[in-house]
Amino acid sequence: MSDQNEIPLWEVFIRPRNGLSHRHCGSLHAADATMALNAARDVYTRRGEGQSVWVVPSAQITASDPAEKDENFEPAETKIYRHPTFYEVPEEVGHM
Amino acid sequence: MYSQGLIGADSSSEETPEFLAKFQERIDREEKIEPNDPMPSGYRKTLVRQIGQHAHSEIVGMLPEGNWITRAPTLRRKVALLAKVQDEGGHGLYLYSAAETLGVTRKQMTEELLSGKAKYSSIFNYPTPTWADMGAIGWLVDGAAIMNQIPLCRCSFGPYARAMVRVCKEESFHQRQGYEIMVTLAHGSPEQKEMAQDALNRWWWPSIMMFGPHDSDSTNSDQSMAWKIKRFTNDELRQKFVDATVPQAEYLGLTIPDPDLKWNADKNDGKGGYDFGPIDWNEFWTVVKGGGKMNVDRLSARNKAWDDGEWVRDAALAHAKKQAARKASTTLAAE
Repeated sequence: MSDQNEIPLWEVFIRPRNGLSHRHCGSLHAADATMALNAARDVYTRRGEGQSVWVVPSAQITASDPAEKDENFEPAETKIYRHPTFYEVPEEVGHM
Repeated sequence: MYSQGLIGADSSSEETPEFLAKFQERIDREEKIEPNDPMPSGYRKTLVRQIGQHAHSEIVGMLPEGNWITRAPTLRRKVALLAKVQDEGGHGLYLYSAAETLGVTRKQMTEELLSGKAKYSSIFNYPTPTWADMGAIGWLVDGAAIMNQIPLCRCSFGPYARAMVRVCKEESFHQRQGYEIMVTLAHGSPEQKEMAQDALNRWWWPSIMMFGPHDSDSTNSDQSMAWKIKRFTNDELRQKFVDATVPQAEYLGLTIPDPDLKWNADKNDGKGGYDFGPIDWNEFWTVVKGGGKMNVDRLSARNKAWDDGEWVRDAALAHAKKQAARKASTTLAAE
């Protein structure tokens, strides 16, 4: 079988209940979107884990490079002035 | 179950000492390793092998119990067994997905199982001739599996740990439903009690063997412990299982088939535990190497299922391609 005949991989996202966002819970193989949805329901929601399911072809996901983790995310760590605790508020003022 | 994934694993790495030391530091800080992170090839290989064999065990593990679904004694037992077997299929899928994040394909893993190249837990090469086997499997085999799997929820490899969290959540029903069957039989007619005892006699030693060879004979154990793939050794887990299971057998009024089994107050740092008799490792290795009663049947059942399902896979792909082509041509026409 050539690669073209491999059953594609899908990523599965589930919303546990209304009010929460969809969350990645795993992946599965399916020939098309309908079958991916059906399989996701069977594999990932056997005990009421979800109210809503998304399936996305894994090949469609663009991910950041772990090798560039420092360049990407380190700058945020040194910018402590982005956090409320950086600023001093006189005690008399109370909670802010 | 998983510990058998390490039999014969090659965990040697060719990376520089600096690279390995840096990786070990991450592990020691309890950082989880994610699929695209740099990792020693030995770590990757060990995990591909272990997760793959764990997945195969779940899939082959559907067969001994699937054997009894149509003959379950009541509808209640039938729905429970059906749900349990369905869970096992699901567990196999979670685990295959976790292994795939390491670069191995589903096709490769399937081919290795079907050709007999990949191993699965030796326990599934024992037959299930009576209904009491459904009780004994849930109680002992799933009990032993849970003992193994709970520490795996803290495994250093993220996708494996996450899959195990789901598996463990679902697995506790498996053990309880098995024990409930044992309670019913053990408290039933003399014939039923005898059937329960017979199942315990046949499943006890194979369950004890599920934890794999003794630590002194388990060559890859140290590296897996250092990499925090394993958190406890085979013998530690086996002891925990025996200590937890003996009182459960006593409640059933059944006898564990081990004349050397006795309480030892000095065991487990003075907390007490059970001494048990020698394990027949010849039997274990015979079954691992394909000489168990059901090895041939299990593999031929998997191969038949795969071959019989080929037209379904082909039809699904053909349908998907046709739909995609049709959609593309209508989009083109609309433009």
